[in-house]
Amino acid sequence: MEYRPYTLIAELTYRCPLRCPYCYNPVEYTRHAGELTTEEWLRVFEEGEALGVVQLHLTGGEPLARTDLEALVQGARRLGLYTNLITSGVPLTRDRLRALRDAGLDNVQLSVQDVEEERSDRIAGYRAFRAKMEVAQWVKADGLPLTLNVVLHRSNLDRVEEVVVLAERLRVDRLELANTQYHGWALKNRDQLLPTQAQLERAWDVAEAARARLAGRMEIAYVTPDYYSQWPKACMEGWGRRFINIIPEGLVLPCHAAHTITGLRFENVRDLPLDEIWHHSESFNLFRGESWMPEPCRSCPRRSIDFGGCRCQAFHLTGNAAATDPACSLSPDHHLIEAARARAGEPGDRPAFTYRGPIHPVHPRGL
Amino acid sequence: MTFSPASRPKLASKARLRWDKREAKYFLLYPERGLLLNTTGADILQLCTGEHTVAGIVGQLAAKYPTQAREEIEREVMAFLAQIASRGLLEVEG
Repeated sequence: MEYRPYTLIAELTYRCPLRCPYCYNPVEYTRHAGELTTEEWLRVFEEGEALGVVQLHLTGGEPLARTDLEALVQGARRLGLYTNLITSGVPLTRDRLRALRDAGLDNVQLSVQDVEEERSDRIAGYRAFRAKMEVAQWVKADGLPLTLNVVLHRSNLDRVEEVVVLAERLRVDRLELANTQYHGWALKNRDQLLPTQAQLERAWDVAEAARARLAGRMEIAYVTPDYYSQWPKACMEGWGRRFINIIPEGLVLPCHAAHTITGLRFENVRDLPLDEIWHHSESFNLFRGESWMPEPCRSCPRRSIDFGGCRCQAFHLTGNAAATDPACSLSPDHHLIEAARARAGEPGDRPAFTYRGPIHPVHPRGL
Repeated sequence: MTFSPASRPKLASKARLRWDKREAKYFLLYPERGLLLNTTGADILQLCTGEHTVAGIVGQLAAKYPTQAREEIEREVMAFLAQIASRGLLEVEG
């Protein structure tokens, strides 16, 4: 079977002013030092387009920390790639936004952590909310489409209605209500972040009502939390099926976090052409298709729907990347998920967050 | 969103057509997604620039596909525009 990658996720840097306790960057991100140069990224985009990529996400860390972002956007648009900037918004100026727009940027995806300043900044670990609101207004005023992304968890899940109101006020084109996925920093902070079943059910009802009401005007994507689902998520729509994720130093991964699975070796775009890595590398073929699957996946009718779930989650919870994702109710390790859920249902205060760190000193509006 | 023959549909600013060499078809790209279009779909969306009315689009398609009944083309265009609009990918002028 010939696989085609449709989306390239370019993690341009792990540098970021924000310290969100659910950051999907690896906990040991400082071990991955060094970033690809402008020329290297442009070559990677070209090789990606030749492989079939049509969607490009410029992300990080905070991609605006790269002073060559305009050149990267321009190169991507020259290739016809649909170019999306995923940003905290914090270090953006209006002049820079206009330069990015003029370079051909297609969409801006802005994160907010909550609906009001104090709560939002507490999660971000940084005074970011006011800058974000300003950036949202500039994006719309300058004629760019805007996606608003809100990561949902125990402390903000009860305010989904207010999130929708904020999105309407900002004239957002697409709203992503993304329940936390428990990888990286989020796994460290799981007890602080994991909501209760009752919270999730209410939030789901609110999101569904908003989706129906705003159909055709605002797209609402609701990412369900796999900890409360009977079946695992189809992580990345399958390992090495549709997505390529490249981290700042050039390692090519099937997802954001695959390099946190110890014992796997990933290739670098500095050493090999992307085509070679995508089609022929051991790492991309390891969990492709179905031959790697253990039972209960191997004979499960859902194996072509969820692809056995998430390899990183299997590794971080069980120590075995080839195990059935414990989020699946049929997994022999499902009790690990049930135990976390039971803790989420217990009353009482949670310990303080472990914020992402170490901190990158960043001057607002002057990176 | 509803369309009349006098409406002038225009692709939303977040959506963009892109020719795909591999599939030999047009993609309609928008945030996170892409719709692979059939030939008629691409014909219609290429005319959704805000300059042409729905009646005008139907007329151009009728000229391109002379063996097809005009009423049938009109039905198809209306249904297709409604489907694209329901995804928030069209704006209407006039």
